[in-house]
Amino acid sequence: MAVISTETLPVVSEADIVTVRRCVRESAQKLGFSLVDQTKVVTAASELARNTLIHGRGGQMELAALNGPRAGIRLVFEDKGPGIPNIDLALRDGFTTGSGLGLGLGGSKRLVNEFEVKSQVGEGTRVTVTRWK
Amino acid sequence: MEKIPILRMGEYLLVTIQVDMHDRLALTLQDDLTNRISQTGAKAVLIDISSLEIVDSFIGRMLGNIAAMSRVLDAQTVVVGMQPAVAITLVELGMSLEGVRTALNVEAGMELLRNSADGHEETQYGSYFH
Repeated sequence: MAVISTETLPVVSEADIVTVRRCVRESAQKLGFSLVDQTKVVTAASELARNTLIHGRGGQMELAALNGPRAGIRLVFEDKGPGIPNIDLALRDGFTTGSGLGLGLGGSKRLVNEFEVKSQVGEGTRVTVTRWK
Repeated sequence: MEKIPILRMGEYLLVTIQVDMHDRLALTLQDDLTNRISQTGAKAVLIDISSLEIVDSFIGRMLGNIAAMSRVLDAQTVVVGMQPAVAITLVELGMSLEGVRTALNVEAGMELLRNSADGHEETQYGSYFH
């Protein structure tokens, strides 16, 4: 697996969520993702960016375009927010601490091929997702 | 402030979402539509999302809220034109827009509204295939 390019975007405002969607879309198009796969990875990015903004109190996303045996996109969302005390619970559909629907984490997990959450209470959260072409 | 225009056509309100909405813009649309229904006594709201490239849980929730609020104000809502890739993604995400009536395109949506205004389809909340 080779990393073709990386890009880091801030996620500190609602406008940044729109920028994240646009950059992930462009990257997926460049790699030749099908329209459905583009839509899935962009939607997952939108959910995760919103989590970073609202629950993580802002952070950043690193976007990596991957090549090698398979083309793909890896997204790493990082924040220094309060962290997630119970990741299994947070992944459950309908569980929310905010005012949303509780589909963000669990829903975006279904839209990608690889999904990893690392979180330390009081220190922050890192969500890494990969969608292969 | 940036806003999504709401067109009035007789008893209907028409909205075409053509931009990638940030969250506050979606909430503004929800409030604006609710106010317009109340001011105009509109009987139906038709929302064309054919230009939307994604619907995430936030926008999905907004569509559900608009449908629920308009129902309470005695108006119906129909969402038309969802792209197939968006529909696939939305269902996989875990949302099926329950309680939101949908139609394939504007024409089918208008017919759905006309038919239910005539009292043929008062309680049907499902997809409408022309």
